[in-house]
Amino acid sequence: MALVLNEEQEMLRDAAKGFLNEKAPVGALRKLRDDDDPLGWSRDLWSQMAEMGWAGILVPEEYGGIDYGMVGAGLIAQEMGRNLTASPFISTALMAVSALREGTDEQKEKWLPGIAEGKTIIAMAVDEGVKHDPAKTALSAQAHGNGYRLNGEKAYIIDGFDADALIVAARTSGEVGDEAGISLFIVEKAAAGMSSSRTKLLDSRNYAHTEFKDVDVAGDALIGSLDEGFALLERVLNVGRAGLAAEMLGASEQSFDMTMDYLKERKQFGVNVGSFQGLQHRSAHLYSEVELVKSAVLNALQMFSTAPDMAGAGAALAKAKAGEVGILAANEAVQMHGGIGMTDEFDIGFYMKRIRAAQELLGDYAFNANRLANLRGF
Amino acid sequence: MSDLENFREETRAWLAQNCPPEMRKPMRNEEDACWGGRNVEFTCEAQKVWLERMGERGWTAPEWPKEYGGGGLSREQAKILKEEMAAIKARSALMSFGIWMLGPALLKYGSEEQKKHYLPQIVRGEIRWCQGYSEPGAGSDLASLQTRCDDKGDHYEITGQKVWTSYADKSDWIFCLVRTDRDVPKHNGISFILFDMASEGVSTKPITLISGRSPFCETFFDQVKVPKENLVGTLNKGWDIAKYLLTHERAMIGDSGGGGGALGGRSIGQIAVDALGTDAQGRLADSALRADLARAEIDGWSFLLTMERMKDEAKAGQGIGARSSMLKYYGTELNKRRYELLMASKGHGALEWEGEASRDGELPRAWLRTKANSIEGGTSEVQLNIISKRILGLPAS
Repeated sequence: MALVLNEEQEMLRDAAKGFLNEKAPVGALRKLRDDDDPLGWSRDLWSQMAEMGWAGILVPEEYGGIDYGMVGAGLIAQEMGRNLTASPFISTALMAVSALREGTDEQKEKWLPGIAEGKTIIAMAVDEGVKHDPAKTALSAQAHGNGYRLNGEKAYIIDGFDADALIVAARTSGEVGDEAGISLFIVEKAAAGMSSSRTKLLDSRNYAHTEFKDVDVAGDALIGSLDEGFALLERVLNVGRAGLAAEMLGASEQSFDMTMDYLKERKQFGVNVGSFQGLQHRSAHLYSEVELVKSAVLNALQMFSTAPDMAGAGAALAKAKAGEVGILAANEAVQMHGGIGMTDEFDIGFYMKRIRAAQELLGDYAFNANRLANLRGF
Repeated sequence: MSDLENFREETRAWLAQNCPPEMRKPMRNEEDACWGGRNVEFTCEAQKVWLERMGERGWTAPEWPKEYGGGGLSREQAKILKEEMAAIKARSALMSFGIWMLGPALLKYGSEEQKKHYLPQIVRGEIRWCQGYSEPGAGSDLASLQTRCDDKGDHYEITGQKVWTSYADKSDWIFCLVRTDRDVPKHNGISFILFDMASEGVSTKPITLISGRSPFCETFFDQVKVPKENLVGTLNKGWDIAKYLLTHERAMIGDSGGGGGALGGRSIGQIAVDALGTDAQGRLADSALRADLARAEIDGWSFLLTMERMKDEAKAGQGIGARSSMLKYYGTELNKRRYELLMASKGHGALEWEGEASRDGELPRAWLRTKANSIEGGTSEVQLNIISKRILGLPAS
């Protein structure tokens, strides 16, 4: 498939750009932070996005979605990155939906229509330690009556605080560190024995820490196969990784554009600072790096439909490269803005913080580079 | 079956029948490449047959129009041809500055007579071309070139010196930038002209590089007579052609950064594993080197995708333009990194300069050759200047 957008995709991107510029610019995130909003994102805004089909972008039409695919989803994530829009798009609309699409008809019927309507929020509860590592799942799920009993903890659950349900990666057999023996369960918010608190990270977004003490779920809470959930989990995480890569691409582009504008307007020594070759060469290098990210991200998004077996490699490439360049873009933006870039009043710091979080979530550069090296046989 | 699927089937069948077995393995070194020309010396009969068959079909220049000897393929078809050739490890039948650089310029700026005359010869590999651009006093500042071309009524007369002329001593013809007006700003007095290297007054002198090899020459012109019809485009408008051509050259040099052609299709990570072995988990034994290799592969894959994307966008009507400077800059810097890693992977063995094990220092000589990548065709610093000015719109210093 050609690495260009078709007309329909360009229209979607333009619509997303227009909507987010108006309704959810960086100022909206700043307000959520300053108001100490308990949720960290706006339910009203999410409803509007759902009306445009975004919440159901991966939901099959029979369950009320538009089933548009990952390229379109990535374009929305990219525009959200440009505006630093806070929403449960990646957690719920991309990852939870990808998991539920592989669930039973009953599970789809129960959850997907609510997600597509923007009413139901579901988060993926995977990590337990400070680095992303799904194989290290320790939280246990043991057969109990007709269902399972969960015990353990999950941390840094993206949009997990106040979510209607969590899709929990649990160990049903094997040892911590094994890929085999992991199963996925959907656990509703009201389940007895589950308690969540919000973890506040530097990007002011919604993360939860959740404890499970003898949480009982029915047998039909299992998504996919018992003990063999790792491959499904990886497919879901790959969707999230590609989504985060697209978001970081947008955030990098916006940081870069703001910096170029500043270089053309700021004067020192009687000239525009953008006329200094020291800054020009760094800018041109950064431009080149962002172009590489664009290609890696578009390729990853297309691979979900054109080469699903290789989508994990594509997502790892995009996540690694977007994270690396995102950090560079944010660092250069602050440095080239000089003192004003260090102030909270100016927006660039919000980009630096979000990129720092996004590149860590679902696997940082080293995590993804390591998997690519494994795949390439070295 | 779609038209493209049909084309793939046909192409596969044709290649199976027509690509000689000897041409289905990676080139071992530069000597295995076929550059064609009047004085071509084929390494084997198979190489000759392969060039003749591909040239006859126009597939040495797959996307050029059929009327000029090209393959007349669409971009999608050309991509399929490339894939099918890669699938059987078929070598390029012809390496050619005529195909990569002069041809695109003639297609855009040449007269109908020039296209009809020169392009089919290029496709068939009958004439080997070199490029006369840089001069001793005109490197990064190419437009200050001084080689003079005077109007002598029924012909032009050319006197001057070029340098860094790739394979000038082995080439049949040259496409050359010359000064046709000395009294106007430097960009406005340059013309683009073609002439036979066998003409009286042309001489070449190979330059020995740090690699010990001599891919470049100094080239001297002493009152060389050139027919008037050899001028391409408009008199004094040669800079436009030069810029257009540099775009192609940059894309081509950048290309060397992504592919693994010279490495026999193997990734640098796999080459390192062959040299150094793995640990119990199957990972390269040297973990610091492994991290560097992974980084180079991430950038290499992203760069390859970027070249694909630029080609796709060009086809969709968004020209590459100054973005070729980005490809040139990134591709050449990447290639230098890759060779540094290859040198590290092979350790002391990579230092051998003479001897059978290293085939007389093939790797270190190739490593040294890459150092020119970021100089020739406009230095990395010039590319960054172009990106700053023409893409980012940053003010002139």
